Order: sequence, then structure tokens, then C-alpha cells
Amino acid sequence: MNLAEGVQIVSFGILAVMILTAALGVVLLSNIVHSAFLLAGVFLSISGLYLLLNADFVAAAQILIYVGAVNVLILFAIMLVNKQEDFSKIPGSLFRKVATGVVCLGLFALLGTMVLVTPWALDSTSPAVIENTIIALGEHFFSDFLLPFELASVLLLMAMVGAIILARRDLIPEVSETTDTVTTSLTLPERPRELSSIGNVGENN
Amino acid sequence: MNSGIDLQGSFIETLRGFGLSPGLAKTIWLPLPMLLMIIGATVGVLVVVWLERKISAAAQQRIGPEYAGPLGVLQPVADGIKLVFKEDVIPGKSDPWLFTLGPVLVVVPVFLSYLIVPFGQNLNITDLNVGIFLWIALSSIAPIGLLMSGYASNNKYSLLGGLRAAAQSISYEIPLALAVLAIAMMSNSLSTVDIVEQQSGYGILGWNVWRQPVGFIIFWISALAECERLPFDLPEAEEELVAGYQTEYAGMKFALFYLGSYINLVLSALVFAVLYLGGWEFIVPLDHLADWIGVSETTPWLQVLTGSLGIIMTLVKAYFLVFLAILLRWTVPRVRIDQLLDLGWKFLLPVSLANLLLTAALKLAFPVAFGG
Repeated sequence: MNLAEGVQIVSFGILAVMILTAALGVVLLSNIVHSAFLLAGVFLSISGLYLLLNADFVAAAQILIYVGAVNVLILFAIMLVNKQEDFSKIPGSLFRKVATGVVCLGLFALLGTMVLVTPWALDSTSPAVIENTIIALGEHFFSDFLLPFELASVLLLMAMVGAIILARRDLIPEVSETTDTVTTSLTLPERPRELSSIGNVGENN
Repeated sequence: MNSGIDLQGSFIETLRGFGLSPGLAKTIWLPLPMLLMIIGATVGVLVVVWLERKISAAAQQRIGPEYAGPLGVLQPVADGIKLVFKEDVIPGKSDPWLFTLGPVLVVVPVFLSYLIVPFGQNLNITDLNVGIFLWIALSSIAPIGLLMSGYASNNKYSLLGGLRAAAQSISYEIPLALAVLAIAMMSNSLSTVDIVEQQSGYGILGWNVWRQPVGFIIFWISALAECERLPFDLPEAEEELVAGYQTEYAGMKFALFYLGSYINLVLSALVFAVLYLGGWEFIVPLDHLADWIGVSETTPWLQVLTGSLGIIMTLVKAYFLVFLAILLRWTVPRVRIDQLLDLGWKFLLPVSLANLLLTAALKLAFPVAFGG
């Protein structure tokens, strides 16, 4: 075993432990902000795994998109809507937890058998050293993966249009303006428009 | 094309001459450039701090630091030592883990980004295929550290400052990345060495500044915003937010923020020099000059000369940009937060998209000049 292989095995072990502990922390911690920060740790460790697989561009993109954009947005949302709320005791919480555990273990067993059963055909002449991964990725995007690539962009466009419509409420015709019964159960926590329109009806618009 | 001096190759050859195995020789070599780069970056920060004090003083017709060492050059060292000896205060009811981890997350990615800065053909830590993209990706980790320290401080000014810092950093990352993308399109590569190579051969006329006049302004504005330099230092605007996310920090944790911001400034200046000012290239093409006076490219003294000239040129360009940034600090007033976000989203983003389209069109129309 030479130096490179030793470093690979050791860093794989470290990354695997980091991913598992951080992911468990995301699920089990009660402080939601800690969970969100640990999620960034999970994403960072996964990008380390990509580096071990010689996928340098994917690793950098993982950091840029998941850590730099997705996770920051999650944190933003948590910090802007930081509602301190004590969870009330739900009757039968023990049963719920046991049921959740059973479902999770079942999923784990399913995935585990899938991993063990699948014949992982490791190509002996595997593309271990592609000279330039960006060029290889680009070629795949515009040949055999063209449809998924374009569909992903359509999906993002739909999400963006939806977000803009949700944010600009003047685009939606307001029909429920006249009703006095304001239900807060299904509304977003911050909607200053409605609060102001309750106070002075007819001033807005 | 000769590749200049190859320190790694000759170092490993020398060690093998002493009877070591190649693997061991490589292992001994590996930490050396990294250590050198970290020390260089830290010393660079000390120089920038001194420059900032001196130039600020000159801009306000003061003298600035003058007692610590000749011309006050030891003043930053004194500042650093003072910060080391300060008490490490963790405010009550804060989150001690996140409070400690925040500054670390801000500083480490910046140091990591020095991985891609080239000072010569072979004078860099490593020549990555994703080079400049790695810098953009790593710089996107910093907002998490800022949010973390803002949240953990248990202080409303800190929280506001952290949120502002993250919003600013996200907004200006997009025009920055689009400006870099135009360069990558012209260079057909993301590697920093390739980007400099593509500008070489014509001296100062070949630099990307002339081919990307809009791009370099966008890049400079965005880089200043990413570094939170003064026209855009809203996250720590002292009149509004005390000191933003740094309010509760003292001692070495504050020093990490301080170090991080200056090191980021130097890094941005270095990347700017690499992307737009021809990196290690001299004002006139040295290869042709050597040919002209009849010296072979492989002459050892010429290689040492071009290598050291490359390092000096990179540093001169970077510190010229740092000087510009310091001057801007004392001449331009701070923008408001809404003006900042307007500038980023409504002006820089469309302009950088148009710049990208224009570059693509020019690349198709004039492949000779725009790297076809």
C-alpha cells in the first residue's frame, strides 16, 4: 500500500464517520438551528467523498450549491421565523417514536439489501483518470443526458415562477379580503399585509 | 514553450540523490509549499494592515503609526500580540460552540483558496482543473460562518449584521461568478495557470482588462462587496450596528475575523491580478526579449530571473489593487442596504449577463482575439 492509497482509506473513514454523526445530529438534535448547521457539515463531508471519487467539479459544485445556497437559505428561513415554541406533550408519543423507528429500520433494511444484492460491476478499465472532468460532464449533458438536464432546468424555472407568485401577492386576486374570520393555522407566519388590512380596512389598494 | 523552474521536480531529485525513495521524497515535499503559502499569506496581511494605516493617515493628512519600528512597520505585529493576550470573552446565554466555530468557518476557506493562486508556471501549490471555480465555491462557505457567529452571540446587532453579511455575500456572488465565467469562456479552462497562459505573449496588450472592460469593473465591485470593504461594509456598519456580527467578539476570535477580512482582500486582489492583469506576466513579453538579446530560454540564470520577476509582478499587481481598495475606502461613502441590494440584483446581474452574452458572441465572431 503506497501513500496515496493509505490517505484515501483514512480520509474515507474520517468522512464516513463525519457524515454519519452529522446526519444523526441533524435528525436527533432538538435545536433546529444546530440541525441546520450540521446539515452544512453533512454536505461538506459528501463533497469530500466526491473528491475521493475523482469528481472534482461535482465536489466544488456541491459546496457552492448545497452549502453556499441551499443551506444558507434554510438558515435564513429559520432565523427570520425564529419562533420559540415549547412543544406540548402529545399523548402516545412513545408509540409514535417506536412506529417511526420501525419504519426507518425497514427503509434501512430495504436499502441495505438493495446495496448487497446489486451486482456492482466495477469496470477494470474504469475512467479513474479522466483528464478534464468538466469536458466529460459537458459532453454527457449535451448527448445522452440532454433530456434530464433540460427537464431539471424546467423544474427550476417552475419553482422560480411559483416563488415569485407567492411573494408578489398583488398578482393573485384577493377574494378573502372581506371575510372577518382570520384563520392563522394555514397561513405563513409573516404576512404583514393581512395584519395591516385588518387594522385599516380599505386603505390599501 | 519552456515551463520555467520546476522546484518540486528538482527538490525530489535532490532527495532521491541522498538515497530516499520517491514516495518519501514526495511526502517531505508536500507540506513545504502549503506552509510557505500560509506564512506568506499571514505576512501579506501584516503588510496590508500597515499599508491601510499609513495610507489612511496620508488620506487624512495624519502621520499614522510611527513609533513601533521604522515607519511603524511593527505596528500590525504589536496589534496581533495585543489580541493574543486579550481575555477570551464568551457572552452569557450565548451558544459557546457556535460562537467558537463561527470565526473558524470564516477564516479556513479563505486560507484554502490560496491553493489556486499561481505565482509562476510551476510556482503554485497545485494546478487544479476546476481552479477558479474552487475559489468561488469556497468563498460561499463564509456566509455560514457569519450567520453562525451572528446567531450565537445572543445580540440583536450581531444577528442583524450576520444576516446582512449573508445576504450581501449571496447577492454579489452571482455577478462575480458570471464575470469569472466570461473569462473562463475566453480561456477555455477554469485552471488559473491556463487563464494566465492565455493572456501571455503580447505583454500588457494581451491582458484580459482590454478584452473584458465591463467584466473587470463588475468583478472589482463584487469582490469589494464580498470582502465587505468600505463602500459595502454594511454588515459591520458601526453607526448602525455597533460592529455587526463582530460585536461580542474579543481576543483571538476577533483577530480571526480581522485576519479573515484582510486575507480575503489580498486573495481577491491576487485573483483579480490573475484573471485580468496577466498574473505573473511582465509588461513586455520576456520570452521575446530573451530571444531578441540572444539568450536561450533554458539558461538557468534567466529562469531564476523570470521566476522571481513573476512573483514580484504578481505581488505588485495585487498590492496596487489593495492600494486602490484602501483609497476607495476613504473617498466613497457607504451605501444603504437597499441601495446595495438594488445595485447587486437590478444592475450588476443584468449587466454581467449581457457581458457574458457579448463575450460569447465576440468569441464566435473573432476567435483569434477572444480565444476561439
